[in-house]
Amino acid sequence: MSSDRDQMIVTAARLLNNNERVLVGVGIPNIAANLAKRLGAPDLVLVYESGVIDANPDQLPLSIGDGTLVRNALGVLPMRELFFHYLMAGWIDVGFLGAAQIDVYGNLNSTIIGSYDAPRVRLAGAGGASEIATSARRTIIVMEHARDRFVERVDFVTSVGHEPGAIHSQGPGPWRVVSSLGVFGFDARGRMQLLQLLPGHTYEEVLDLSGWAIPRAPHAIPTVPAPTDRELAQLGHLYATLPKGVVS
Amino acid sequence: MTQKVSLAQLIRDEVHSGMTVYLAGFSHLIPFAAGHEIIRQEITHLTLSRATPDLLYDQMIAAGCADRLIFSYAGNPGVGLLPAFRRAVESGQLIIDEFTHAEMIARLDAGAAHLPFWPLRAEPNDLSRHRGRKTVVCPYTHETIAVVPALNPDVTLVHAQRADEAGNLYVWGLRGEMKEAALAAQTLIATVEKVVPAGALRHRQENLLVPGFRVKAMAEVPFGAHPSYAQGLYERDTAFYQEWNRIAKDPESCRRWIKTWIKEVADHQAYLQRWDPEHWETLKAKGGSLDE
Repeated sequence: MSSDRDQMIVTAARLLNNNERVLVGVGIPNIAANLAKRLGAPDLVLVYESGVIDANPDQLPLSIGDGTLVRNALGVLPMRELFFHYLMAGWIDVGFLGAAQIDVYGNLNSTIIGSYDAPRVRLAGAGGASEIATSARRTIIVMEHARDRFVERVDFVTSVGHEPGAIHSQGPGPWRVVSSLGVFGFDARGRMQLLQLLPGHTYEEVLDLSGWAIPRAPHAIPTVPAPTDRELAQLGHLYATLPKGVVS
Repeated sequence: MTQKVSLAQLIRDEVHSGMTVYLAGFSHLIPFAAGHEIIRQEITHLTLSRATPDLLYDQMIAAGCADRLIFSYAGNPGVGLLPAFRRAVESGQLIIDEFTHAEMIARLDAGAAHLPFWPLRAEPNDLSRHRGRKTVVCPYTHETIAVVPALNPDVTLVHAQRADEAGNLYVWGLRGEMKEAALAAQTLIATVEKVVPAGALRHRQENLLVPGFRVKAMAEVPFGAHPSYAQGLYERDTAFYQEWNRIAKDPESCRRWIKTWIKEVADHQAYLQRWDPEHWETLKAKGGSLDE
């Protein structure tokens, strides 16, 4: 039996296709992208905002600038080149991101909880997320499902989603959201809807753990196939590569 | 000619209270030894700038060096937040000027090129709305393009694997925004793992970060980037990055750590000696040595 977190990671990993260029965000997306490369997408091109192009790490990197990402990578670029000449020029297929909060339109908040001038919780901030969300050809967001994280309106729009008037230079914006409960997409008006449930979870749970009533897509909601033994074994191998004393 | 001095003299001569400083390096080659020396010399009222403040600025904020922070990602990557930064912002003690990574780099590009601003495709978000988004109309296409103002630090300090006696700086591995930060500065200084004879690295053109004529002064500081890393020399101390979260969450233990590991040690050499010798064994560079 796999944990909700592992199910979420495996489900997100399956959404990445071989040969795609994916700009990998820190945290859970990083684990999922590394897992995808060890499963169905061995030629997935892992790109990191630190400047690493086509990483081939022998260990799970904790940060996005670890030495393990640089060794065996195709190359390292200055950040200015990676951002201005690749990402923002439309050369990235998938933006693979986490966030503290997400809302109806797929706006992401990684800046503050509360008000900007008097924050209740000061988070890390945008990093490259804002550019990734507006420049990648599609964006996949991976985050744990909780009532204070799936909110009707984010406290702060760090990375714009589908709200009316939002501009994305290169791509259509948020495409999928993978949470610990399900897989979500966006309807024609850019509003989030449930597409699939993760094994062991119900639509009632989604309603209970979301700040608004996320509708179901207008067809039967299937359940994502449970992680296979192979997928879980690879995930286990990946965790085991972390340096001694380091927890995933 | 680049002066070669001790780390203490480098900081004493070039970094003064009230300055805007940029200690560069993205995950890699973060000049921890230099930041610790700034703490030791009790330099205050600094405007600290860095795309990724990382543990180093968390320590400098906790030590009371900073009034202001210019940044784009203030987290401990893969671990969580920066506890001292968080406390300082939530209590209103630290003023922040916040950007995205691309905006930060664009600010440095403008600074390095001696231009007042830099254009980029930054779509509106609450960050730019909050500070007052500025745009220009392109005179050729009539498109409206976002702009950000130049950033010219008074002093940028970089840490490099090698310099030659002439102060030419050589870097292997990730550069992040190092070069732009270096060239945007009024004064550029450096710490380096090792100084080699002048001209000894002329065959490593692709590793040149900046020529020596841009570098005012430098100090030789082996392991000067610990707990970050120096590609080909030593690994990132990932366990300490996780440990810092525990240390810094409690203001008292954070204060104690800074006292014990920075203020009460004479210099970086003494800091290195405080660690168990076995600790350095675990950080030995994987995948061969520096390709000089």
